[in-house]
Amino acid sequence: MIAKGAAADIGYASSARLKPVELLPWVVALAVYFLAPTYLPLGAYILIICLFVLSLDLILGYGGIVTLGHSAYFGFGAYVAGVFAMRVSGDPLIGLAVAAAGAGLLGLATGAVILRTHGLALLMLTLAITSIVLEVANKWTSVTGGADGLHSVPIEPVLGLFRFDMFGKTAFLYCLVVVIACWWLVRTIVHSPFGVALAGTRENDVRMAAIGAPVYRRRLTAYTISCALAGVAGGLLTQTTQFVGLSVLGFELSGEVMVMLVLGGVRRIYGAFVGPLVYITAEDWLAKQFPEYWYLGIGLLLVVIVMFARGGILGILDKLVARVRGGRA
Amino acid sequence: MDAFFSSLVSIAFHGLAYGMILYAISVGLSITMGLMGFVNLAHGVFAMAGGYVMYTLMGDLGMAWLPALALACVAVAAGSIVLERLLYSRLYTAGELEQVLFTIGLIFVAVAVARIFYGNNPLAAPLPDLLKGQTELAGRSFPTYRVMVILASAALIVVLWLGLERTRWGAMVRAAVDNRAMAQSVGIDTGKLFTLTFALGSGLAALGGALGADLMAMTPTYPFEQLVYFLIVVSLGGLGTLRGPFLGALLIGIGDTACKYWVPEFGAFFIYAATMLVLLWRPQGLLGRAA
Repeated sequence: MIAKGAAADIGYASSARLKPVELLPWVVALAVYFLAPTYLPLGAYILIICLFVLSLDLILGYGGIVTLGHSAYFGFGAYVAGVFAMRVSGDPLIGLAVAAAGAGLLGLATGAVILRTHGLALLMLTLAITSIVLEVANKWTSVTGGADGLHSVPIEPVLGLFRFDMFGKTAFLYCLVVVIACWWLVRTIVHSPFGVALAGTRENDVRMAAIGAPVYRRRLTAYTISCALAGVAGGLLTQTTQFVGLSVLGFELSGEVMVMLVLGGVRRIYGAFVGPLVYITAEDWLAKQFPEYWYLGIGLLLVVIVMFARGGILGILDKLVARVRGGRA
Repeated sequence: MDAFFSSLVSIAFHGLAYGMILYAISVGLSITMGLMGFVNLAHGVFAMAGGYVMYTLMGDLGMAWLPALALACVAVAAGSIVLERLLYSRLYTAGELEQVLFTIGLIFVAVAVARIFYGNNPLAAPLPDLLKGQTELAGRSFPTYRVMVILASAALIVVLWLGLERTRWGAMVRAAVDNRAMAQSVGIDTGKLFTLTFALGSGLAALGGALGADLMAMTPTYPFEQLVYFLIVVSLGGLGTLRGPFLGALLIGIGDTACKYWVPEFGAFFIYAATMLVLLWRPQGLLGRAA
């Protein structure tokens, strides 16, 4: 029993069959669409950040690559989508594909060098990458708009049919469909033999290498996929807000995204949905009234999670469910 | 030609002052990371605390400059012992992710607390008259305050070097950095040693933060903004030694000043790029030993 629990924690013994509860996020999203239309722009933003956090979970949770620089790929995707729409074509799907390809290539190129290192050097290199991308975006004003960013990015209707309306209906559904597709991709990867091998490289890379698994290549593949997904999230943000600015880059955003992941629960896929939902909703309500206390609360929460509740919200729920079931038996 | 020479002198001088401040702040981080392998991203919090505590001591309590500086360092060191015993020490055996998250949490808390007490505007403790103005050196004039920063840091380096190379405490630290398990098995209380070293490092960070307030402005987001620089200094030089962060701090101090002087349009781009190249070439840092 303990062994099974531990295996599930590592991520390779959980069944690949879709459980009904796994559809809950999408039911909630549709409920928001029909019941709370005024929250659609916020909802679309939450969906986008969910995808960003999910991409981080793939490398941090499953791959064990501790990075402070994931915002580099999110921001790069956002800028690629913005520049592409301004200069080449406003078609959203092509723009998204270009953003994914751009962020994925950047991930491949940077990952190929930084994944050769470990520990502090790796942490430092990820930090350097996001700082460099931020510096370039800040200074290369002719392309990125510098500190002003890119305004009024032109976006054509999706598939030539669905215009982005001022209430954010199209934007919300567009994000929802893209995020569902990416969720399915991550879910498939995690349950695949590749996902198991990735978990192995996290648990014990020396032993994985000893049994003949190409540790470096596995990690690089996961890193590239994760960066491409982060790029998609960034592209979605540019397209739905028609704006991209420096706030999509930098170490603080990376930190915040990591907080959301840990808040929801690392290595659970759905922690990536719970975390941003709770974090951004709370931020929307609290941060405007008490900005100082908001950061104080988030900081204290983070310390408490690390000290007492490493599984995050979903980990606490799991324990409660286990206790209720144990009480019945 | 003379203008070029004069810009060189200027860059060397201001870069040296900046590097010395970076060194005072980062040396403790380097030693404690080398000792325990703990990724302490919140080290800048202690530097910020030093600056703010000194501001309070001088502004609200009317203390003189030097006693306020000394008391600020002692207070921050004492506070860091409490944090280390209560919180840090629980995470020494935890994974890298937990350490990163915990210290980011501490940064968030520190930023919020600083904002609540000191507001968003940059603050700096007033300088005594003796340190204001310019000093004439070899026909050029330099800001007296920065001359003092360089001299004080040079003295600090000598004291630290003597302490680490010539005292019993220093021998224990070096032994524990080399091989913690072995040091422990020959009877060194590494836990206590680490607490003391951590306090010393935090006190030095407070000193650097308070002295450097004119170079790195005291604002609540200080720990976030400066973190990259502290980490670059530490990882560039190599962990666990005094020479490592010294070399790192000098390179970054002078390099950053030169970049801002000659190619301001590129910002800190070259610093980050150079750091990447060095770390790819030597992941353990310039003076670090291969793991």
